[in-house]
Parts: sequence; structure tokens; C-alpha cells
Amino acid sequence: MLYVEHVSKTFNPGTINERKALIDVSLHIKPGEFVTVIGGNGAGKSTILNAIAGLWPIDDGAVILDGENITGLPEYKRAPYIGRVFQDPMMGTAASMQIEENLALAKRRGQKRTLKWGVTKAEKEEFREKLAILGLGLEDRMTTKVGLLSGGQRQALTLLMAALQKPKLLLLDEHTAALDPATAKKVLEISDQIVANNNLTTLMITHNMQDAINHGDRLIMMNEGTICYDVCGEEKKSLTRQMLLEKFENIL
Amino acid sequence: MNMLLAGLSFVNLIGRVPGGISQGLIWGIMALGVFITFRVLDIADLSVDGSFATGGAVAVMLSLAGVPTWVATICALLAGIIAGIITGLLHAKLGIPAILAGILTQFALYSINLRIMGMAANQSINPAMYKLVISMRNIPIAILEGVIFAAIIIAILYWYFGTEQGSALRATGNNGEMSTALGINTSNMKIIGLAISNGVVAFAGGLMAQYQGFSDVNMGRGAIVIGLAAIIIGEILCDAIFKKGCTFWIRMAFVVLGGIIYYLVMIIVLWLKLDPNDLKLFTALIVTIFLAVPYFRGKAKNSFSWAGKRSLPYVEAVKNSFKSGKEVQ
Repeated sequence: MLYVEHVSKTFNPGTINERKALIDVSLHIKPGEFVTVIGGNGAGKSTILNAIAGLWPIDDGAVILDGENITGLPEYKRAPYIGRVFQDPMMGTAASMQIEENLALAKRRGQKRTLKWGVTKAEKEEFREKLAILGLGLEDRMTTKVGLLSGGQRQALTLLMAALQKPKLLLLDEHTAALDPATAKKVLEISDQIVANNNLTTLMITHNMQDAINHGDRLIMMNEGTICYDVCGEEKKSLTRQMLLEKFENIL
Repeated sequence: MNMLLAGLSFVNLIGRVPGGISQGLIWGIMALGVFITFRVLDIADLSVDGSFATGGAVAVMLSLAGVPTWVATICALLAGIIAGIITGLLHAKLGIPAILAGILTQFALYSINLRIMGMAANQSINPAMYKLVISMRNIPIAILEGVIFAAIIIAILYWYFGTEQGSALRATGNNGEMSTALGINTSNMKIIGLAISNGVVAFAGGLMAQYQGFSDVNMGRGAIVIGLAAIIIGEILCDAIFKKGCTFWIRMAFVVLGGIIYYLVMIIVLWLKLDPNDLKLFTALIVTIFLAVPYFRGKAKNSFSWAGKRSLPYVEAVKNSFKSGKEVQ
């Protein structure tokens, strides 16, 4: 599904702040695979996600998604294929717009925005059903402004929005890092549910090693702009937090 | 003091109110244009000072050339749209900060407006010879027309902001990063927003020139400030009346009302025999006060000096417990 081929990116080249964020990174992900990404600060986790999402052009290499070369496409043109949830719960939703308006915007991800009415009756019904599955009571507050929701509710809504128009790839960038442990657990459960129900190919960054082990079916560890550990199947299932910590320390 | 009051005629003030309402309505329509950029797109667009005068110049010159006045007024709107597109291109495609892009367009429009008016600083149009769309010669009709134009523009804007594209425009102003992630071309949305905004402003300029019977290269000076005044007055009123929030079209109607109230205040100020040259200073003061009030209200609820005062009894208690030896530092 996703081919990241020899991708390199250097920030602030030629200055004293030069930083090689990605060095010749290659990563192949199969359709339906759920990959968790761990690594220390500055290891390149977010950078690889941003390279795939197209926040800026990469210096070298290629990003191929479902057979299409998307390396030359700006962020908004990759949106049809990619759903994203950010670390900051404020970032994934429009605060002064209603819940149903946010969902309607997401429903049209990557489509032409015409002069047809923004939210149709049929969509409102569809949104109500999908919100009910979250179990947060949001289905009865469809015209509430999103700014009035809590961080966890906003993150759950962003997840729903990312999957509303089935993406070829779902990118979760530490999307539970800003939440309290109980809410983080709930949001992770919702993530698992949405990924499973839609059979989504997923890349999830996390700082929590236990979450990285418990979720997904493949785990990669990054360090200094490269992938230093890649494990899947039975081997991943048998991983423990202790083993991962040792890996970490061996690198450093 | 007696001398001053004796010089003021209340009848005179009442007599000026209808004219104030009709002129305020036109400024209110202009404020709707400012509302689109300032509130929806979250951009302070200074090109409106220029595009208001452009609208006046185009409407008057085309009418003088024999074009039907209503066609000339629509052309004024189109000229404003072009001006807005230029500001949008400067901002979105050349990376110039929005406020500077607006200033550049406004600056350039001064020359362009002079050229439109045949290098004259003003051009008059005789209401007796041309069938003007709106004129101060018949103020009741002018008020009626102003209300109708405002209602039409509010209806169109309300419809537009409810469409897919209009929603995308609102999302762009609200959360640009999310909008890009959802595949919205935020650069294009900003250009479209600026175009619509300046179109409405120039339309109001076209109406104003016909209303007063002339276009002037300086007629748009301070339009952005008047627009902001109208928006803020309207919103304060709207929030006071609709405490639980209201629909978008009511909000826009209050912006127009804000324009009328602003202009009536100006009429009172003039009636008090204040120097008209001080009006701009006065307007700036009003806008400053209205912009500062919400800020200070927030501060009053959430201020360090109050927290400091509330803390004093506790500090006393701690001090006393030291004295009585109950606690050791």
C-alpha cells in the first residue's frame, strides 16, 4: 500500500541549525497493516509522518501510495488519500463550527467544494449513527460548537472525521499524548475500533511503549533519522516493555 | 453653555436622522464586506479603503458614459472583486503578510481610482439627469432601497456560507491546518474571501457615490475603521439581545444595524457643533473603546491584582501562625 523509498530530509541546510531529520529511510507497509512507531525525541517519527502527509517537499527519495507517486503533490492534494489525527486536540477540528459542520467538511475530504448545500439531511442521519458508536453522547449535540468539547471528545471526533471518507492511509501522530490516561485509553480503543471496522492501513506514533506493543501488528523504532528496529507477527506479540527499553538503551 | 445649547435645535437633529439612517445603511453594507475578512477569514484587510472609492469611481464614470446606473453599480461590484483578487494573490501567492498586501493594494488603487475618474480628484453626477439607483434627494426611498440591498446581500452571503465552498472558507479562517489536511486549498479560499469582501465594499462605494451625487478619490479613507466600528457595535448589541447565540444571518443584520448606529452617533456629534475635521479622531476613539471593552471585561474576571487582594487574608493567617509559634518556617 505504502512505499517510502530512500527518503531524506534535512532542515535548515547550510546553517548552524542544520539537522538531518531523515536519512535514506525506506519503509513498505502492506494493505491493512497497523504499524506503531516509537523513538526518542528528534528521532524522526513525526518527520516521517509529515513527509508522507506532504507538509513540505522531501529532499530525496519517493513516496508511493497505492501505486501512485505522491512525492510531488502538496499537502492538500494528498488529502484525498490520507486521514490524519494530530497530537494537539485543537488542531484537528474547527472550534467555532458545529460538530455536524466539521463532519461534513471531513466527508468532503479531497473532493471539489461546490455550491451545493454544506450538510445534507441524509448526512445528518449518517453522522448521528456514527457519533452514537463513539459512546460519548455527541449524537445529541450535533449543532454544538466543537470548541465547547473536551480534548478527548475532540480527538474522538477527529478520528471519526479521518475515517468518514475512507482513507488509503491513516496517520496518527501521538494523538493521545495530550490526554489524561483514562481518556487516552478510551481514544485508543476508539482508534482500534475505527481501524478494524474500516480495515485501514495505519501508522501510529506513540511515546507509550506499552501502547506500541498492545496495538497494531507491526512495530518500528526510529533513531537519528533512520529506522533501527522493525518487528512484526509473533515476535512483536512476545515483546515486553523491558525488551524495548533495552533496545532503546543499546542504541544510545 | 447657554449660548451653546441655544444654538442647538432638537428639531434640527430629528430632521437629520432619516438621512443618517440611509447613509448608515450604506456604511452598514460596506461593513458586511469587512465582516467577511475580519470575522470569517480572520484577516484585517486594509484594501477596502481603496476599493470603496473604486466602486464609487466606476459607478459614476460608467453612468456618466451612458451605461444604465444599475449596470454601472454591478460593474462597481466586479471592480471590487478584482481588487480583492489582487490583494489575495499578493498574500496567498507571493507570501506577503495579509495586512501589508491590503496596504499595497489600497496604495495602488489611489492612482487607479484617479485614472478611472479621468485624473480628477472627484466627479459629480447630477441626480436630475441620471436615473440613479439610490439618491439623497428622496430619503424615504433611499432607506427602503438600502434595506432591500442589505437584505439581498445578507441572503446571498447566508446561502453561500452554508454551501460546501462557503463552509470550506469558514474552516480556512477557523483552522488553516485542519483545512489543508482535509484537502481544502486554503490559498484559493483566502483569495475568494477577499474577492467577495471587496466586491461588497465596492458595491457600497457605488451606492454611496450615487447617494451623495459624486465620487471622490478620498471617499474610502477610513472605511476599514468605520467597518470595524459597525461590526463591533453590532456584535455587542447582538450578544446583549441573543445571549445564547444566534444564527449567522441575524449576526450579519446586526452588523448593518451597527453601521446605522455608528452614523447616527456621527450625526449627533456634528449636531453638537464639533469640528467635522475631528470626526476621524472621534471614530478612532469609539473603535478603541469598543475593542478594549471585551478585553478589560475578561481581565476584570481574571486579574492578578484581584487575586493578590483575595490572597491577603490567607497571608495574614500564615503570619499569625508564625507569631503564635504553631508553625515553624
